[in-house]
Amino acid sequence: MGADRIWKEIEGLDPAVLGSLGVAASARVRDDGVVDAGVSRREFMRLSAAIGGGLVLAVSLPGCRDAGTETGGGLAVTENAHGTPMPEGEAWAPGVWLRLHPDNTATITVANSEMGQGVRTTLALLVAEEADLDWNRVRVVQAPADEATYGRQGTGGSGSVRTAWMPLREAGATARAVLVAAAAAELGVPATELTTEDSHVVHGSTGRRVPYADLLDRAATLDLPEEVSLKAPADWKLLGGEHVGVDAKDVVRGRAEYGIDVEFPGMRYAAIARTPVHGGTVRTYDATAALAVPRVREVVEVPAVGGDTNVHAGIAVIADDTWSAIRGRDALEIEWNPGEGAGHSSEGYLEAMRVGADGPGAVLVNRLGDPDAILDGGGADVLRADFEVPFISHATMEPMNATAHFAGGRMRVKAPTQFPNWARQATAAALGIPVEQVSVEVSLIGGGYGRRINPDYAVEAALVARQVDGPVKVQWTREDDLRHDFYRPTACHRLEAVLDDEGYPLAWRQRFCTPAISATIAERIDEEAFGVSESDGGANMMYRVPNRSCEYTYLPSHITRGWWRAVHTTHNTFAVEVFLDELAERAGIDPVEYRLALIDEYTLDRPGTSPRFPRSAERLRGVVARAAEAADWGRSLPAGRGMGVACAIDHLSYSAEVIEASVEDGQVVVHNAWCAVDCGPVISPNHGRAQVEGALIQGLSAALHERLTVEEGAIVEGNFDTYPLLRMREAPRNVEVHFVETDAHPTGLGEPGLPPAAPALANALYGATGRRFRTLPIRI
Amino acid sequence: MIELTINGETRELDVAPEMPLLWALRDVAGLKGTKFGCGMAQCGACTVHLDGRSVRACVTPVSAAAGSSITTIEGLSADGSHPVQVAWQEENVPQCGYCQAGQIMSAAALLATNPDPDDTAIDDAMSGNLCRCGTYLRIRRAIRRAAELQGRS
Repeated sequence: MGADRIWKEIEGLDPAVLGSLGVAASARVRDDGVVDAGVSRREFMRLSAAIGGGLVLAVSLPGCRDAGTETGGGLAVTENAHGTPMPEGEAWAPGVWLRLHPDNTATITVANSEMGQGVRTTLALLVAEEADLDWNRVRVVQAPADEATYGRQGTGGSGSVRTAWMPLREAGATARAVLVAAAAAELGVPATELTTEDSHVVHGSTGRRVPYADLLDRAATLDLPEEVSLKAPADWKLLGGEHVGVDAKDVVRGRAEYGIDVEFPGMRYAAIARTPVHGGTVRTYDATAALAVPRVREVVEVPAVGGDTNVHAGIAVIADDTWSAIRGRDALEIEWNPGEGAGHSSEGYLEAMRVGADGPGAVLVNRLGDPDAILDGGGADVLRADFEVPFISHATMEPMNATAHFAGGRMRVKAPTQFPNWARQATAAALGIPVEQVSVEVSLIGGGYGRRINPDYAVEAALVARQVDGPVKVQWTREDDLRHDFYRPTACHRLEAVLDDEGYPLAWRQRFCTPAISATIAERIDEEAFGVSESDGGANMMYRVPNRSCEYTYLPSHITRGWWRAVHTTHNTFAVEVFLDELAERAGIDPVEYRLALIDEYTLDRPGTSPRFPRSAERLRGVVARAAEAADWGRSLPAGRGMGVACAIDHLSYSAEVIEASVEDGQVVVHNAWCAVDCGPVISPNHGRAQVEGALIQGLSAALHERLTVEEGAIVEGNFDTYPLLRMREAPRNVEVHFVETDAHPTGLGEPGLPPAAPALANALYGATGRRFRTLPIRI
Repeated sequence: MIELTINGETRELDVAPEMPLLWALRDVAGLKGTKFGCGMAQCGACTVHLDGRSVRACVTPVSAAAGSSITTIEGLSADGSHPVQVAWQEENVPQCGYCQAGQIMSAAALLATNPDPDDTAIDDAMSGNLCRCGTYLRIRRAIRRAAELQGRS
């Protein structure tokens, strides 16, 4: 798996990914809802009788084989909401999206990873809706890593619903069509007289109800239809309805299996001392004291793995339980070669980034008109502001871990991973064995937010497991996790503008400097490509400015960087949206009115952006207006309170937030938040609202608290005492989420609620205090 | 050997007395519902009850738990019917769900002593439990709902 492909896939920069949407390139949905597959449906769907009874509908995404490879078993199985157990004795059939059972239950396979965004529920709903399944009799099964069968399984970039929207509904509709055809033959009536509901085919005039289960044998002998109809939204019974997540019942009883809960028989536990300075190596070590700790069994070296994998050099201590492994690890005596990053510090980075943002950037990302002539020509009243953000961590509540077993030349890994195929391929590469000899299974994920895209922790566990007899679970401590994350990078932005006679920007220039996320995995340093990536939310802002530009300067760093929820828009949106408020104030125009007036098609995009999802000024204005309306924007506020607004386009969705805040006893108090999001149709509004609520909270946490410090090349903060996250008493009392549902292809919802949070808060605090906050985290 | 009473059952565990209860529960007793988050009582993911009082299992040595009645998420109810567990589902609280066992144990301990907590009491009781997914708003609602459910039964 090429690193560049991964980076572009995650960031939505790969036209092939955005363009395919998981359907045949020639497929079209006609106005009457009929899917015209363009190629024969038989080429990518297959119907067959299941071993042990039942009907299997296998679907291959275009470009993938339709016969899967056996990947080593071990399935995460969830009972349905009513506790219907999984039927026993059935063989696993790879590549199966939907299986109908003789007891009239159904199993739906989800190939994406569940990390709280509700994907196991929403993707199953897509199939169940079109197949007219009884939702209470649906089980969800987790697919293992198997790119040949499931296509790109990577869960990230708020893309699961976007890519599953067509193929999973089509799979459900195909199953339904075949069952109706089977019922028509069975009952001797025309198919047009039949309807379906709750896993039954219904004959309207006679009132006969035939369970799907009674039709499976006949259905398995039928050909797939050449075309199927998808339901009109008005006919949806499940989509758009209120649903509880399929895993909630297990979660509240402590029975859900996360990576940390995985148990391979005979498993032992490992803790690893990793080089404090990323890129360092072990000079010498003495394991005597570690081996003297009771229940410690073994000490092995973990080799560094470079390239796009980024396993840190370390020493692993293997014990009979996690605590003893950690105690043994802490007893190791290690001398490190700190490597090239030893001299780096947060202060050094800041100094370099300020220089980088102070003059012309190394890379011109894009330009419209001639902003330099206006800004640098002399005589103009130039508004100028600098914005700074620190390194921040994903800080998933479940620290990294992975369980691995090497036996008979095969490596079995089970891990909470967002990108199981990357973990699988990187493991094979690190071990020097064929990828077919590596299996990766996916557990539930105790928080991802982008951290678990990177495969380092899975590969690392495999490297330990290869050196010991029997299975081993590598468990990271919180300190390990905070100090060896893939961080949202630190960044400095300088924004400059000149207003025209009416107060709207005539010229706008963004100059920024940050270590590129993609440089951590890129095959080569490509500053132009980095600039395109890193400027998302800045270079492609939708405000009408006749002369504007974005310039980027790359800052090398040895600190590993990764995709933190909403990625680049976190800092670009902060800079752009706070600066815009400053311009509105100078113009004497209300910030909401200012935005509504400036959001325009007259815009400048980043190079290489997919035309498949053109940006819509109308949709962005729509969310700004909705959030303002919900907040009753413009009303008089209690003394000491301020209200701020910000908006963003993130992962192809539109998002605006209004925040009401004050400062009390030197502390920021966020009283209320109103969020409006347009992601097209909302599959499961309950999960959708939860994603926006959570993104807002995470955005506020970063805005108020989160900052990592680099000293002598190492991350200083190790736990929540020094890296605090937002706590319940700091959460707003009232948060409203409003969806502006437009008739568009559904787009991301896991991330778009995040970027407006920090600037909306900073803008609210300006109203409350009269002070501009341009550095995160906000310090009162 | 240390004798512990876990969810009403007496267990003999062959562990060092200073081993944190968290790891004794998870790695030795096989009760994995209690979660590891920080190891220093900062996040609340490991919250269990000792004689009905919520404690952080990651900083509680097993020796300190001996002689007490330990309740973990697995023992909060036999079938998931505790009002807090019911309310948590009705409000669709969990996102990733990892912190929720600790949240639920903290909430259950709160409601055991304060059957009708106001927002301040909820915030005070729950602010030791971190949730990175940001489910705080739903947790507040679920606790109020659980209080209603508890009052009715």
